[in-house]
Amino acid sequence: MPRRKKEEQKAAPPADATFPDAASLRATAERVLGRDPDPVSGSDDVLADEVAEEHERRALEKTWGDEPGFWGWLASTNHKTNGKRFIYTAFGFFILGGILAVLMRVQLSRPENNFLGPDLYNQVFTMHGTTMMFLFAVPVMEAVAIYVLPLMLGNRNICFPRLNAYGYWVYLFGGIMLYVAFFLNVGPDAGWFSYVPLSGPEFSPGKRVDFWAQMITFTEVSALVVATEIITTFFKMRAPGMSLNRVPVYAWSVLVMSFMVFFAMPTVALASACLIMDRLVGTHFFNPAEGGDPLLWQHLFWFFGHPEVYIIFIPGTGFVSTIISTFSRRPVFGHTALVLALVSTGFIGFGLWVHHMFAAGLPRMGESFFTGATIMIAIPSGVQIFCWLATLWGGRPQFKSPMMFVLGFFFIFVIGGMTGVMQGSVPVDLQVHDTYFVVAHFHYVLIGGAVFPLFGAFHYWFPKVTGRLLSERVGHATFWLMFVGFNLTFFPMHILGLRGMPRRVYTYQPHLGWADLNLLATAGGVLLTLGVLVFIANALRSVRAGELAGANPWGASTLEWATSSPPPAYNFLHPPTVAGRDTLWEQPEDQPVVVGLRSDVREVLVTKVLDAEPDLRTEFPESSIWPLLAALATTAMFVASIFTPWAVPVGMVPIFVTLTGWFWPSRKDAEERPPADVQEKHGERYLRLKEQES
Amino acid sequence: MRARTTLDVSELPTFAFGHRPITWWCTWSLILIEGGMFVVLFATYFFLRTPVPDWPPGVGYPRLLWGTVNLVIILASCVPNYFQKKAAESLDLRGVRLWLGVLIVFTFAATAVRFVEFGYLNCRWDQNAYGSAVWVIMGTHLLHLFTDLLDSLVILALMTLGPVEGKRFVDVSENAVYWYFVVALWVPTYAVVYWAPRLI
Repeated sequence: MPRRKKEEQKAAPPADATFPDAASLRATAERVLGRDPDPVSGSDDVLADEVAEEHERRALEKTWGDEPGFWGWLASTNHKTNGKRFIYTAFGFFILGGILAVLMRVQLSRPENNFLGPDLYNQVFTMHGTTMMFLFAVPVMEAVAIYVLPLMLGNRNICFPRLNAYGYWVYLFGGIMLYVAFFLNVGPDAGWFSYVPLSGPEFSPGKRVDFWAQMITFTEVSALVVATEIITTFFKMRAPGMSLNRVPVYAWSVLVMSFMVFFAMPTVALASACLIMDRLVGTHFFNPAEGGDPLLWQHLFWFFGHPEVYIIFIPGTGFVSTIISTFSRRPVFGHTALVLALVSTGFIGFGLWVHHMFAAGLPRMGESFFTGATIMIAIPSGVQIFCWLATLWGGRPQFKSPMMFVLGFFFIFVIGGMTGVMQGSVPVDLQVHDTYFVVAHFHYVLIGGAVFPLFGAFHYWFPKVTGRLLSERVGHATFWLMFVGFNLTFFPMHILGLRGMPRRVYTYQPHLGWADLNLLATAGGVLLTLGVLVFIANALRSVRAGELAGANPWGASTLEWATSSPPPAYNFLHPPTVAGRDTLWEQPEDQPVVVGLRSDVREVLVTKVLDAEPDLRTEFPESSIWPLLAALATTAMFVASIFTPWAVPVGMVPIFVTLTGWFWPSRKDAEERPPADVQEKHGERYLRLKEQES
Repeated sequence: MRARTTLDVSELPTFAFGHRPITWWCTWSLILIEGGMFVVLFATYFFLRTPVPDWPPGVGYPRLLWGTVNLVIILASCVPNYFQKKAAESLDLRGVRLWLGVLIVFTFAATAVRFVEFGYLNCRWDQNAYGSAVWVIMGTHLLHLFTDLLDSLVILALMTLGPVEGKRFVDVSENAVYWYFVVALWVPTYAVVYWAPRLI
């Protein structure tokens, strides 16, 4: 067991010297620190400390840093490199999905418009929904967690870093595949939930739906591996002292999200596999003529599809809790209640899926149950809202730009939540089913519940990621453009829906009286787009010329703010320990730091599940190109299997080869490892065996 | 001098068995994900079953013989698996090689018998929805057999040729946990495929 000791820090002295005398120490200091040692304030002891620390820093930089150049970038397994490219890619898909939305708004801005034809319009709305749900919303939530979580929990990388890189590449290639298909006029056109029989072999010949179904497989693989990393990091890699009751709400939110991914994603992966088999090898899962059932698709899809909403929304609430606490200058009100609300939302979220199917003619009893569950979800959501209000009430709110987005979230999300409760009622649902009322509702929930908090999070963590602050003035402008633009776009859609405008029509006749409100929505769309463009401009300018942020520009309480901005490759020179819930606000001056981890290999501290007591030292693998190669092999199999089922057995060979290459350890590294590796009680026996062998 | 309180972790072990290492969490993540997928597969089967009076529709029962043979083989494989795990946790390299080798023989036998089983299901995947469900359930379990076969072969190769160190024994132990899961999956899968048509 580790010893807690209060002593002069004796971090490893320079390897090439025993403890030096004063004169040589000064010479070394000059060489290592690159400056004259200060003769007045700097005692020899302080100098020795500084020199040792600088050596440690350089050793860690060498060990944890990515290899230089493009190759090093491709092979990186650092959670920050990976998190950043994940965020940029997801944001890129957000822009693409946004462009598709603008195209739709242009088409609908006046009656009988000919800007997009019906076939292209079908592809455009399918691609918009698919992109936003599968290629933007879920990945971006995971991406932010990949970047933030290890820092917030006080460790040096995310668990299973190579898997993390693999998850990114698979996601990227899946997204590229979908867009290549779209640009070749093979874009999916059966809506983002691809209902059978429309998406089945009879009514959607060709390969459009197959690309959609296979895109699901890509994003599911990616989401599941990232969820595994998040769960393990949460439970096993927290700073010593960060017992479960001290874990920040944001970390809890991504934990709940990850468990929901675990139980929701396999269902849609299975559903899309069945769909592709129905289309490719003649199975009959959804073919009623041979005993299949189209309703099976709806059940499988929505058993995933409804939790999906919470997979997107729950991390959003994590952002809200974090930002509100920081800018109210007080711990979040009702920490335990918030966490319990998240967990119960996670559970109840799985009991709602049938409310998407009220128009499908299911038994009354079942519908009543799902009405009850739908309305029940308002309870944990309400608990969260009131906890946030109480935090604001009891704090001293500062209206910085992240906070503005959170306030916007309140307004929008509460409206979206209320129309949600309305639709929990079967008669109302039947009335507005498949109309623009539903379109308005879910954009209020998703953009309000996820995109506004996400933009808040972008503004909040931008200084941590880049080292520079976004412009506050432009940040406020972004908020107002987006807020006004959003409401102008989507509020009229409630009324359009009540006036009978159905979803997914590429045009409408002038006498229906929908023209003015549609034009208004399109005008709002222009403002919303402008808001996003202003944000991009702000980011591009600030990353070069923004005000320097320093370690903790907001005076926040969580551990990611305890290291420099941007954080070094190894996150913390000495991993922190934790004494309270709002760590940086509560910790005493002499809060211990972790020492004794090796700096010549990527060693991290593994802690116990409940109380985060130090448990093991684990060595993470080096950066590697194998995850990228494995992702390429996976991509080859997935894409080829759209065209022939033989791609599955044949394609497994390169996957097997690349995964073996990935797993196989380097003999050189293993032999360099000290015998400390076998200090368990049976270690002697193993060592003897090793000797016998050699 | 700046006094600093430290928490020295240099004496902690670098590997352990059970739920302490992160590998265990990865194994159990897989188990949760794939176990969930099987639950959904079974649900799909019974969803398709419910409205049909005659089950299996228009085809004969799957023949019991080879499925039952595989049940025996797969259950019996728990013995080498138990000893494999035990050897790994005692850092007994020879024991690991021996029992992992024996386990691979069992896994190989189970995989081979599975291919025979497909011939005795008395239905084709493209015949009707029942056939589709049965083939996909059996195929998904086959995928698990196959994955673990390859996984075990790579680990055996590593424990024979590669650089052996403490954490490799953890890999062996986790591979054993995963095999128990594959065994545990076969019991309900066997019941659904072979007995549900007869009893339900």
